[in-house]
Amino acid sequence: MTAILESISREIQGKGGPARRGLAAERLAGMLVVAALAILVAGTQGLMSPYVVNLIGQVATFGMLAIALDLIWGYAGILSLGHGLYFAIGGYLIAMHLVKVAYLQTGTPPDFMLFMGWDSLPFYYAGLENFPYALALIVLISGGVAFLFGLISFRSRVSGVYFSIITQALVFVAMLLFFRNDTGFGGNNGMTGFTTLLGWPIAAPETIAALSAASVLAAAASLYVCARIVRSRLGHMLVAIREDESRLRFLGFETLWIKIAAWVISAVIAAIAGMLYVPQVGIINPRVLSPELSIEIAVWVAIGGRGTLVGAFAGAILISTLKVVLTASAPELWPFILSLLVIFVVVLLPNGLLDAPAALRGWLEWRRQRAAS
Amino acid sequence: MSKEALYIDGLTVSFGAFRAINNLSMIVKFGEIRGIIGPNGAGKTTLLDVLTGKTRPRSGRVLLDGALDLLALSEAEITLSGVGRKFQKPSIFEALTVAENLGLALRSRQRSIWGEMVYTPDEGDRAHIQDVLGMIGMKGRGDLSAGKLSHGQKQWLEIGMLLIQRPKVLLLDEPVAGMTDEETERTVTLIRALRSPERAILVIEHDMAFVQEVADLVSVLHEGRMLLEGPMERVRADPAVIEVYLGR
Ligand SMILES: Nc1ncnc2c1ncn2[C@@H]1O[C@H](COP(=O)(O)OP(=O)(O)O)[C@@H](O)[C@H]1O
Ligand SMILES: [Mg+2]
Repeated sequence: MTAILESISREIQGKGGPARRGLAAERLAGMLVVAALAILVAGTQGLMSPYVVNLIGQVATFGMLAIALDLIWGYAGILSLGHGLYFAIGGYLIAMHLVKVAYLQTGTPPDFMLFMGWDSLPFYYAGLENFPYALALIVLISGGVAFLFGLISFRSRVSGVYFSIITQALVFVAMLLFFRNDTGFGGNNGMTGFTTLLGWPIAAPETIAALSAASVLAAAASLYVCARIVRSRLGHMLVAIREDESRLRFLGFETLWIKIAAWVISAVIAAIAGMLYVPQVGIINPRVLSPELSIEIAVWVAIGGRGTLVGAFAGAILISTLKVVLTASAPELWPFILSLLVIFVVVLLPNGLLDAPAALRGWLEWRRQRAAS
Repeated sequence: MSKEALYIDGLTVSFGAFRAINNLSMIVKFGEIRGIIGPNGAGKTTLLDVLTGKTRPRSGRVLLDGALDLLALSEAEITLSGVGRKFQKPSIFEALTVAENLGLALRSRQRSIWGEMVYTPDEGDRAHIQDVLGMIGMKGRGDLSAGKLSHGQKQWLEIGMLLIQRPKVLLLDEPVAGMTDEETERTVTLIRALRSPERAILVIEHDMAFVQEVADLVSVLHEGRMLLEGPMERVRADPAVIEVYLGR
């Protein structure tokens, strides 16, 4: 049993995998900045339907999640199966901000207050109507939780598949907690009924366009920051941790702090993704904490290709767009299609879809040679 | 600087009831290349594990440069205080280039996470990397992927990663295992060139001929104890040593 887990561990850490293409990621980030401007113009001028603009914005936040995961999984070899936790921290905090703002504006209490028979919001909503404060909390809480979790688990040198299992357990526990109705986070039904964001009506096409553009910009910024990290000496250290952590320790590095740093950066990116996602879908409920969502992030990265940033981003965009399209037309087929895709990639393209061109060239070459002989 | 690079006194390491190292004492001086030989399981690798903080001994004392108590330090602290170790199997980072491997080993002035992120090698660092590339015979190959190197080149690169750190004590665990004769010959030249009055080198090796070529003095370990210490000619002729080696 242990032997099996160990070998899975080696596999999921992706030892010996690629660790390049930081430059490609920087270029993609530049292209995304242009795209964000285009979306802003198209969305506010009515050149693109709000539905599509909104969808692009949502998908961009998934792209951010994939980038966040690729930084720690693709480079440092640390697989999180619980990144939904940080996404949810960002999502719930922005929802708290939006609910508080709506309550102050309309005087109508949120559903969960009525349901619980409360006559005021719990104390931890204090000050949350202030957006900068909410934003600061999102960064501090996601970073703080990640720091504590990283400190505890990396210090006791938990790694590989064991670490992944713990991250998954944590997100699951959080989901059970958030399903409770008495926590002040909307329980089962979650939180909705948002009215305005920074004074803008939340459903106005301009707001939708601005949020979408902000998401694409945030994805660009995440790509840029992560690309800079992986091309720096810090990035070389992350790869070294993936390849042989104890060797790096013998070179005189305290790998603990390197891992914690990458883990915290990754968590904060995921939280900001959550913060941008929730106003665009208009609701948050504990299902963002379901293990499935967290696993899905890993699937995007695996399909797109680990350790390239660009691959992870592309994987997220591709799969989540495919999901939106297919769940609309043939919802019962989606799980099968996803499974087939995973198997296809695992068997034929171990480094993900980014390997497809090379694999295709190899196959054509092989056919040419066979035809020649 | 004292004359004693390594002072080891009464070292005992136990794994359960088994004593991998038993009351071992030895002194290695600066400027010296010391060979450590002994049959499989004699405790040679375990000794290096203790010196580098990977294994904690049951009892004993280990001092670096006459003063620093190595047993009180963590793995990273030991490395930073000047002990470099080459592992038995080549352990370089195959996903990085040759130069990146050397760059990782380079001790930069800033050690903060932010510092590492914005670090760019300065003139001196780059020159140092070039020097070491030359020493290990890989001039102009800095951009090669380390995973693509031959076995011998990987071993040299690993030695290069240690040299970058300018260690006071260099520990080499079976550096020529699996090498061709020609590679072994080049390794002899390399190790001889590393001798310096500010450095002590410990070479663990099975290959007697190799040890004879590089080492000044040889220590023979057997079942965790020091069997004999002296020049190779004397060690080779010693009946107890012959017994241990032939008795295998
Ligand atoms: N972590 C460990 N746990 C138990 N026994 C060990 C451990 N490390 C080494 N040993 C045992 O200690 C003895 C010495 O091993 P080692 O130092 O590797 O020998 P060598 O001289 O061949 O390098 C061997 O019998 C080995 O099985
Ligand atoms: Mg050994």
